[in-house]
This record gives sequence, C-alpha cells and structure tokens, in this order.
Amino acid sequence: MPKFAIEVNGLRKRFGDQVVLNGIDLAVMPGTIFALLGPNGAGKTTLIHILSTLINPDVGSARVAGYDVVRDKNEVKKSISLTGQFAAVDEVLTGEENLLMMCKLSGLTTAESRIRTSELLIRFDLAAAAKKRVKTYSGGMRRRLDLAISLVVSRPVLFLDEPTTGLDTISRRALWDNIIQLKEQGITIFLTTQYLEEADQLADSIAVIDQGRVATAGTAVQLKSRLGGEVLELRNGHDELLLVVPTSGKIQDVMLTLNELAHSLPPDTQVSIRKPSMDDVFLALTSKEREESYA
Amino acid sequence: MNTPPSVRKPASFGMTNVVFIGRSIRHSLRNAEALIMAIMLPIMLMLLFTYVFGGAIDPGGNYVNYVVPGIILLCAGFGSSSTAVDVAQDMTNGIIDRFRTMPIRSLSVVTGHVVASLARNLVASIVVIGVALLVGFRPSANGIEWLAALGVIILFILTFTWLFAAIGLVTGSPSAASGYGFALLFLPYLSSAFVPTSTMPNWLQGFANHQPITPVIETIRGLLTGTPIQHQGWWAIGWCAVILIFSISWCFIAFRRNAGLR
Ligand SMILES: Nc1ncnc2c1ncn2[C@@H]1O[C@H](COP(=O)(O)OP(=O)(O)O)[C@@H](O)[C@H]1O
Ligand SMILES: [Mg+2]
Repeated sequence: MPKFAIEVNGLRKRFGDQVVLNGIDLAVMPGTIFALLGPNGAGKTTLIHILSTLINPDVGSARVAGYDVVRDKNEVKKSISLTGQFAAVDEVLTGEENLLMMCKLSGLTTAESRIRTSELLIRFDLAAAAKKRVKTYSGGMRRRLDLAISLVVSRPVLFLDEPTTGLDTISRRALWDNIIQLKEQGITIFLTTQYLEEADQLADSIAVIDQGRVATAGTAVQLKSRLGGEVLELRNGHDELLLVVPTSGKIQDVMLTLNELAHSLPPDTQVSIRKPSMDDVFLALTSKEREESYA
Repeated sequence: MNTPPSVRKPASFGMTNVVFIGRSIRHSLRNAEALIMAIMLPIMLMLLFTYVFGGAIDPGGNYVNYVVPGIILLCAGFGSSSTAVDVAQDMTNGIIDRFRTMPIRSLSVVTGHVVASLARNLVASIVVIGVALLVGFRPSANGIEWLAALGVIILFILTFTWLFAAIGLVTGSPSAASGYGFALLFLPYLSSAFVPTSTMPNWLQGFANHQPITPVIETIRGLLTGTPIQHQGWWAIGWCAVILIFSISWCFIAFRRNAGLR
C-alpha cells in the first residue's frame, strides 16, 4: 500500500462556465475514515466521480491506492467500490438477483457467488426480502442493498456518496456500524455528507469544502479547537437561539464578549457555555465566507 | 464476521456478456405489458391485414402471401424500438455509474439489451409466421431458403436494435428515446411491405425503392414465396451492414462521451 490511500493535488473541474472544484488538495491515510463535508452543490459528488474514474479533472492530479485516476483507470477500478449518491440498484431484479449479478461481474464463480450473496443478505438484514423485487423496497433497504453490493468483493478503497441522506435515525445508526466494521477490516472509506454529526461520529479526518475549495481540514477535535475553547450560546426567554459566539474560554475574553453583547440583547437573555460542536465549525466557516463575499 | 473474498481477477469479457444478457432477458420477461404487446401485435396485425385490408388490396385472397414479410419487419421494428427506452433508462439510473467503476467492459450492458431484443423479436417473428400459416399463408421455401430468410430477419433485427440502442444512448431520457424511436417506425409503410411500390405516386416510388426496408422485404418474400429477388438480396445485406456498423460505432462513441458528461 502506498503512503496515502487517496491523494489529491490541485484538482480543478468546471462544467461550462461554472467552476465546481477550484483547486482541491487532500490526503487520506490507509485504513481510515475520511469525511468530505459540504452543503448541497459544493462539488462533493463531482470529486467522487473524478476519484472513481467516471469523469476526468481539468487540471491537477489524483491517485487512488497509488494509481493515477486518469492514466491508470483500470487499476483504480480494481481497487475501489463506489456507492453513489442515488441507490444504484436494479429495481426490476430481486435483492438476491442484484447481489448474484454483482458477484459474477466481480469475478466470483457461481458457487462462490451464492455463498457470498447469502452472507451479505444476512449481514445487511435483507434475508427476508431477498426474493422480493427491489421496486418494493424501502429507502433504508435500498441503501443497505446498495452498500452490500459495494462489498461483494473486498477492495481497499470504498467511496460512499451521502450514504445516510434520507434515512431514519435507526437505519442511519445501523449503517454507521457497518461502516465502522469495514474500517476494522482495513478498508479506507471516503464518504461525503451534509451532516456534521455524521462526520463527527465516524471520521478520523474531515475536510469541509465550500465554493470549490477546502475551507478547512483536520480531525474533528482540531476543527473544533480552532474555534476556540468555549462557545457562548445565547437564548431569549422563549428558549429560542439568538446567537452563538466562539470565545477562547478565558475569563477576560468571556467577560468582554458578554459586556459588548449586553446592551443589544433583552434582559431575560439566557447564557450557556459549552464546547464547540461541528455545527459551530460549519457555521463559522460559511458565515465568514459570506461576510467576505459581501465585503 | 466473514471476510469477503478478495478478488484478483475481474469477470472475463464472455462472463460479463452472459451476466448482462441474463439481466436483460429477465427485464424482458418481467415487463408484462411489453411482453403481451410483443405477442399480441403480430397476431392483430396479421389478422387485420389479411381479413380487413386484404380483400380490398387483392380480391383473389392471395394477399397473405404478399404481406407476411412486411408484418415480420413491422413487428421487429416495433419490438427493437423498446431497446432505446431500456438503454436510456439504464443511463439515467445510477447503476450505470457502478458498472463503469468496475473493471469490466461496461458497454456490455448495451449488448445485453440487444441480445434480449433479438430473442423477443425472434419470438414475435415466429408468432407472425405461425398465425400466417393458420390464415392461409403457403410458403414455397425449402429448408435452405427458410434458414436464409431467418438469417436476413436476424440481421434486420440486430441492425435496428443497435440503431435504437444508439438513439437511447444519445437522447438521455426514456421518453425522448421512445419519441425518436417512433419516427423510424413509419419506414415499413413507405416500402414494398404492404403494396408494390409501382402503385405509388412517382415521387414516393423514388423514396420507397431506395430505402433499406424494400430490399429486405423483397429478399424475405422471395426466399419464402419464390418471387424474384434479383439483386435485392445484396442491397438488403449491404444496407443492413452499413447501418449496423454505423450504429455500433455510434454506440461506442456515445457511451464514451456520456462517461465524460456525468
Ligand atoms: N454534468 C454536469 N454538468 C453541469 N453541471 C454539473 C454537472 N455535474 C454537477 N454539476 C454542477 O456542479 C455543482 C456541484 O455539484 P455536485 O458535485 O453534485 O455537488 P454536491 O454533491 O456537493 O451536492 C452543482 O452546481 C451542479 O449543478
Ligand atoms: Mg452530491
């Protein structure tokens, strides 16, 4: 295995006049979970499409499992599995037929395919629905089937594009468990999400992208600590959130901040002090950019 | 927990095709509406042309012998047009991205649809011939002529199926694909399929005599009922070969270009 499972250098991509990726640099260590966090339209899917060889970048380079995504497409394909943003399952076939088909396409014999299919059906809690057509599956079942299909053979790098979007809490937790198990097998996981909590819970490292650039990157702890030590949360008498203000947590700083705010806020304002969350990181980054673009 | 088999060698080209053909045939068998249509259409058309139009066109009652090749081609054209919709549907579903990121020849997805279309349309052709025999079709063909006719029919189905597959690839949406496909279905009416081209106005004859359907019809008719074929056989094979090569190349190009767009 090369030093990095995924390495991205100065990647740019535009569609027509619209610049979607404007110079992305990333590195993901083997056997870790990496989360790419960003709002809708940030370019997450575009980056996954480039890394999984579906489209070529305009400028810059990327290596997956040590292979260049433009020059060694076939070697990259042998090293990855992709679970796209929209469930890539065959609705006309049953869940079992979907898995059998993918096993055979992945080079397993018929006998191996049967064994692997029944293992995956059980592991992803789909055994009861195995012989039903996928058309009748719920969103969560489709997602689980989709993930199961990505795992018919073990590939060192797994791409998951918004794996839990649209799932209920229970299905989401179950999928998280699956993803953590995969990491324990040594698979490198590159996932995208719009949910800060997801990145916080799962990822060993995180990059936030916004407007085609990496706005910030690091571990969840690092990102939060960059916001300072403590966050002040101010709520009015009806317990509605008014303001979130990052501070260093030092007594002087907190007092100064509160003094400044005291004139402009109603007297019944409640103050609480807490550690920063991923939401704070995200809000701070995007609001900074908004201020800059207004300036 | 089970460790998944770690696979070194992806599926061979042959296996990939077998898997995709199996998939498309399953799709065909599960699309009840299309399947019923594929069987009912030949029966209805055969009865319609023999009993409703046949008397007016040829009061002697021999029209059935004339019209069988036309109905085979009409049904084959109709049947293969659904390939455009099948292919377009695959291209708009995320499943194509998954196939493209696997170390296989993903264009075989299209090959699967083509082979399933061939199978469907051969069944429809056999239904046409079966019904025709029941309503008075009296072919004069010997074994070799039957085989040759079957060969021409297969060539015709493959040609139009690949053409519709290309249309499905470039239109990008199932409904647009079915619209373009529809336009091609008028060709048999403007050929010698239902009436000899000599009965048409001059300006139409020019088109009807020089479009690909007419030589294919004349060849099949000649093989089955002994009417003169002359050079039409070569024209039939030539037309089909040219359109077939064009369509397959178009599919390759469109499939590659789609990859860059999505
Ligand atoms: N094939 C394409 N052609 C034109 N624009 C595209 C294409 N794919 C994506 N885009 C645009 O690029 C931007 C980023 O899209 P995407 O990568 O899907 O973002 P995300 O996955 O973060 O929501 C969007 O504004 C989208 O409209
Ligand atoms: Mg996306």
